[in-house]
Amino acid sequence: MENVVDIKRLTKRFGDFTALNQVNFSVKKGEVFGFIGPNGAGKSTTIRILLGILKATEGQATIFGKDVWSDSMKIHRRIAYVPGDVNLWPNLTGGEVIDLFTKLRGGRQTKQREELLERYKLDPTKKCRTYSKGNRQKVALVSALLSEADLYIFDEPTSGLDPLMEQTFQEDVRNLRQEGKSVLLSSHILSEVEKLCDRVGIIRDGTIIEQGSLEELRHLTRHQVLLETTSNLEGLSDVDGVHDVNQDGNTYRFQVNAEQMDQVIKFASQYPIQKFESAPPTLEDLFMRHYEGTDEVVE
Amino acid sequence: MSELFTRSFQLFKLTIRRDRLRASIWIFALTFFTLIIPSSFQSLYPDQQDRDAMAVTMENPAMVAMVGRGDLDNYTIGAMSAHQMVLITAVFVGIMSILLFVRHTRTDEEEGRVELIRALPVGRLATIHAATMYVVLVNVVLAALVAIGFMVQPIESIGIEGSLLYGATLGGTGICFVAVASLFTQLSDSSRGATGWSIGLLLFFYVLRAIGDIGNETLSLLSPLGWTTQTMIFTENHWWPILLMGAFSFVILLLAYRLNAKRDLEAGLFPSKPGNAHAANNLLSPFGLAFRLQRTAFISWAVGMLLLGISYGSVLGDLDSFFQGNEMIEKILVQEKGYSIADQFISIIMTVMAMIATIPALISMNKLYSEEKKSRLELLYAKPVSRKTMMASYLSVAVINAFVSVVLSGIGLWAAGSMVMDNPVSLGTIIGASIAYIPAMFVMIGLSALLIGLKPNVLSLTWVYLVYSFIVVYMGNLFQLDEWFSNVTPFGHVSQLPVDEFEVIPFLGLSGVVVIFVIAGLSFYSKRDIQG
Repeated sequence: MENVVDIKRLTKRFGDFTALNQVNFSVKKGEVFGFIGPNGAGKSTTIRILLGILKATEGQATIFGKDVWSDSMKIHRRIAYVPGDVNLWPNLTGGEVIDLFTKLRGGRQTKQREELLERYKLDPTKKCRTYSKGNRQKVALVSALLSEADLYIFDEPTSGLDPLMEQTFQEDVRNLRQEGKSVLLSSHILSEVEKLCDRVGIIRDGTIIEQGSLEELRHLTRHQVLLETTSNLEGLSDVDGVHDVNQDGNTYRFQVNAEQMDQVIKFASQYPIQKFESAPPTLEDLFMRHYEGTDEVVE
Repeated sequence: MSELFTRSFQLFKLTIRRDRLRASIWIFALTFFTLIIPSSFQSLYPDQQDRDAMAVTMENPAMVAMVGRGDLDNYTIGAMSAHQMVLITAVFVGIMSILLFVRHTRTDEEEGRVELIRALPVGRLATIHAATMYVVLVNVVLAALVAIGFMVQPIESIGIEGSLLYGATLGGTGICFVAVASLFTQLSDSSRGATGWSIGLLLFFYVLRAIGDIGNETLSLLSPLGWTTQTMIFTENHWWPILLMGAFSFVILLLAYRLNAKRDLEAGLFPSKPGNAHAANNLLSPFGLAFRLQRTAFISWAVGMLLLGISYGSVLGDLDSFFQGNEMIEKILVQEKGYSIADQFISIIMTVMAMIATIPALISMNKLYSEEKKSRLELLYAKPVSRKTMMASYLSVAVINAFVSVVLSGIGLWAAGSMVMDNPVSLGTIIGASIAYIPAMFVMIGLSALLIGLKPNVLSLTWVYLVYSFIVVYMGNLFQLDEWFSNVTPFGHVSQLPVDEFEVIPFLGLSGVVVIFVIAGLSFYSKRDIQG
């Protein structure tokens, strides 16, 4: 499948500080790509390079096969962007800002505008000065969703939204995917990424440390298993692939390497099992595993 | 009833604690500028003859409109200081009162701090009452310091009663505007609105008094600022205006308290009118946006520059009596043969006005960087908007701003001058003199563009450079500076019309510098990282 965003060995230095170090990843056409990492890891720097606002020190970044710095005007006609911290002009109304953005993107006024305003419960007649963080974010979201873009870049778009609006946003992202649009979603709300994204990239200290579909990533890590039994499970911790056994009366909690699950099932089938629960690792587990810097999986 | 005011005093103390530096600076600055006047007048106009000549100048209707009526028959040092200074100082005291009051009421309410306070066992009127007590206290302290400061001046015409009255006039006017602000704080639902309406009413009172002082005196009596000038400090010492101020403040404050007790938190009694749901077509471009963001400032500066021109123009008729014996001004105006003192004055004034007109233009250009620092450009640059388009838009607004400001100040100068001069200067001459400054002003804008492109963190150097230019060009003769000092500022290369001949070479040279600065600015700006 063709790559909409392609980043190769992207490095950005601010003076002595290396914000991005040899970053590689790509967003394929028609997919929702989750870009996760804590504050300061380099998510926004990467996005700003993609937008042609910052200039890469080394490496290459393209969108639609065009260079993000030299061809930014052509690229920007086909993308929509929502920053995490939306700063607007206090003396313009939300409606005026939305119209301005539509016009600057080169688009026309669409009927959808009123529908979207209704959908996000945004009053366009209020001055931006009076908007809360969430409402400013809605201005940028409505403006982005109004555009007929091919790539949507969202940088923590829901950080100010209430749970109902978050739901609405997630629906809209799913609709975009159905229409065949590509989405780059940077977030640290991992449940959201888990629900929406086809593939994720995890960035730490300016380096991509993991990249792939959730399935692929899960494969690299361990499942959380809970066993309840009436007898004593001798030698459970000696089974290949079993880690961190915790016993609480008749209940055992432990972790299993995904590819060695059958060993555990064979071992357990020798005993009278009352309950066997296996949960795939959540994205949070994956994420924490990388950030803890140890093998521990944190619940 | 009594519960409405519960814990006002604690809030009052908190307010003083929060504002001790801010209030001290206001009080110090206003007292200082009031008290240095008499002694400087004494050295400028040592004889009664000089002062009577000044009094004649002051009969000019433009001066009456500006500073109000005075006791011109007894124009002593005291009378002169009070007449020329009390109104303008009172206007600043009024503005101080409005700003301080709104800061501790509407702004706190907007920021959600009043909500926190109200959740405590604090009376409903405690916030407004604490703010009122605080700003009244600031005015009382200011009045006392001014009164004491005058009393200790070793000037015969400055008596004890007049000193007390001077303090009371300033404090009384200030308290009137505490009342005005307290009322608009209830009516408007934002701190901007409350401040805007209050200062608007202050300006209205000023103009009402100006019209009244020139013609119909009843109008002056309807304006608190009219009462300010009716005190006739250091001559007749009228105390009745102070009583009027007290009564006015009491009634208005009572009304504001009643409204405050009734209204919802964060609500205003003026209906807050919704803004536009759709943008007007002229907003929908980088230029339209840049202009719209600066529209209010643009209009205010344009009006201000026109008024500045008018006030300079209004003294053109009395220049000879005005300058007689004034050594400082004689040094600035180097005598040139064949030109009247008015011509020379105009050419100096045009320099000053051109440099003042550069201020709004620079603010307007520098805004491109302040928008970046507020992270408002990121969303625009994510659209197909190029850096060059954006910078060119701000350049255009700045250039228009510079042009309008300098030409309007020239027109104001001409309009007022032609009314008071025996041989008025032609409009064409003055417009020509202002246009001669345009390349120099554009150099400043170009420099700002260059720095925004190359090294925006030192953008404030543009202000240093403007101040330097002002000192060197305006005061150069006074300080006997070498010529190279004025050669390094663009304003040093402008032909000072109408006294100088117009020279083409410097005009083209400055224009060339502008072109280089702008091209370099655009090119550097397109290549650097944008902060946000």
